[in-house]
Amino acid sequence: MKKIVLIGNPNVGKSVLFSRLTGVRVLVSNYPGTTVEFLKGYVIINGQRMQVVDLPGTYSLEPSVAAEEVAVKMLEEADFVINILDATNLERNLYLTMELLETNHRIIVALNMFDDIKHRGIDINVEKLQDSLGTEVIPTSGITGLGVKQLKECLLKAKSQNIPKRTHQQRWHKIGEIIGTVQHLSHRHHTFLESLEDASVNHGWGLAIAILVIAASFQGVRFLGEGIINYIMEPLFNSVYRPFIESLSLLFGGKGFLHDVLIGKIIDGQIDFQQSLGVLTTAPYVEFVMVLPYVFAFYLLLSFLEDIGYIPRLALLLDNIMHRLGLHGFAIIPVLLGFGCNVPGILATRILESKRERFIASTIISIGVPCAALQAMIFGILGKFGGQYVALVYLVLFSVWLFLGIVLNFFLKGYSPELFIEIPPYRFPSIRLMGKKVILRVKGFIIEALPVVLLSVLVINIFQQIKIFEFISQIFGPILRYIFGLPKDAIWVLVVGLLRKDIAAGMLMPLNLSLKQLIIACVVLSMSFPCIATFVIFLKELGLKRLIQATALMLALTSVVGGLMNLLLH
Amino acid sequence: MKRISLVKMKVGEKGTIVQVDGGQCFENRLSAMGIGLGKNIVKLSAFVLRGPVAIRTGRTVMALGYGMASRILVEPIKK
Repeated sequence: MKKIVLIGNPNVGKSVLFSRLTGVRVLVSNYPGTTVEFLKGYVIINGQRMQVVDLPGTYSLEPSVAAEEVAVKMLEEADFVINILDATNLERNLYLTMELLETNHRIIVALNMFDDIKHRGIDINVEKLQDSLGTEVIPTSGITGLGVKQLKECLLKAKSQNIPKRTHQQRWHKIGEIIGTVQHLSHRHHTFLESLEDASVNHGWGLAIAILVIAASFQGVRFLGEGIINYIMEPLFNSVYRPFIESLSLLFGGKGFLHDVLIGKIIDGQIDFQQSLGVLTTAPYVEFVMVLPYVFAFYLLLSFLEDIGYIPRLALLLDNIMHRLGLHGFAIIPVLLGFGCNVPGILATRILESKRERFIASTIISIGVPCAALQAMIFGILGKFGGQYVALVYLVLFSVWLFLGIVLNFFLKGYSPELFIEIPPYRFPSIRLMGKKVILRVKGFIIEALPVVLLSVLVINIFQQIKIFEFISQIFGPILRYIFGLPKDAIWVLVVGLLRKDIAAGMLMPLNLSLKQLIIACVVLSMSFPCIATFVIFLKELGLKRLIQATALMLALTSVVGGLMNLLLH
Repeated sequence: MKRISLVKMKVGEKGTIVQVDGGQCFENRLSAMGIGLGKNIVKLSAFVLRGPVAIRTGRTVMALGYGMASRILVEPIKK
């Protein structure tokens, strides 16, 4: 099959144009060996089915970061190249075009965001640009769909030019000539959006805006998550699923081994979805009613912040703090992803340059950052006592995160590289693309989590039958009681926490703990052994030695923090 | 004309990039990203404790660490 690649600078609207070209069928793939994601799809031109690949953004064909290396490697396999330019930033974008024209690829140029230039006071003579580049130039817009049909029509006619290699100076000289003849700028005032763009990177205003954005996101996730739970999932579960389970329970005669495993214990003559602990009751309830709404809300907000272009601003504003931890601002991306699930968070540390940075980031994520599933349960368990207790858990975890980073930075040899990123203009997000991303992430969560959740509950039931928990709690019970002030049965929770944090937190509910014990249990559960999936990824990405070091740190810190809280809280 | 680094510029001040120290690679990289020699820039922000610097040139906003910013020299443009 012939292959078409889309190549261009970062943030030129490649992905939106990509989804215009290929319609709905989109696959996100990881380039082997990196986490650099690219999109793959298909398009039919003249009855011929062709593959379309959306490459990671690159500024030049001399790669200096992982994403660019991937782009350059994948370019080699292309039969046709669509070079996407940001019409509002033509001069810089043309550098890559100059390099591309020196290869033997068949290239056409898409002048994207063409609908956006007029009100910015930019005028581009497309015909002249076409003449000076010697290749077809098509004005496009991902938002309105302008030029997409024309792109398909012209693509097959593209020819390679094979211009002899030029030096940097020669390329810039040529670009200067082209810009001089094809582009005309007229003066105009700053728009409101541009003022906002400037303010959000400012050291004063920017920080104020960032605090507002983070607080609003947090409240937004909570509001949306709780709304879905109370008005959709809970009623749905009670009116549709409960009758089914109740008749199933009757079918089993209300007791017996199979009944205990599948339905769980009958509490006060009723099936209690939160406490019965059956594979068909508590497992789906925790996953779909208590956790999924928050996971959905979290990914919706994260995708929104990503797509409007806010995250790089956060990287700049937090660069200072991150440097104290031996990282730079860009490391906020894996940390944010870790709040969804630690696994993609640790995978995303690949965007950091050095082994040292990756170790620091992965360790502080797996110890100090609770995943969305666990956070949902913390809200569910502590929220009813009052928001301040939830806030306390977050405060403790944040302090641990900060402290751990500072300590690691102090003791590990090496230095932290510097921030060096482009901050894109704010863009109105493509709702279609954003929706697709959220669905992909939520689907990924369900596929990862559901089997493990069901398995965990099954294992718990079997362990209960063969009395393994009693044996474990005899050994570890005293430690739990003296250090954390928790009952010996809470050891189950920590053991199950190895499999799934959300189900583990769910097991706190039948234990009748006091508020203080619940708070400590939530903190200990967040900090202690990351779930098995995170463990495996950590091992794969950073090796056994690093994993052992991180585990030792985790054990020590969890004991100290949990113990201190036991002493200090009343 | 006096040359100062991006770090020494005041926020809101404008200047023309006249010199980049730190090797050809660094210079090429910067120019591919739109902040090459001869470009007019505005400094947008600077953070305390040797924090990063943000600049705007044309439609591009770039954030650079303190060390990098101190190796990029500009001639300030008087208003």
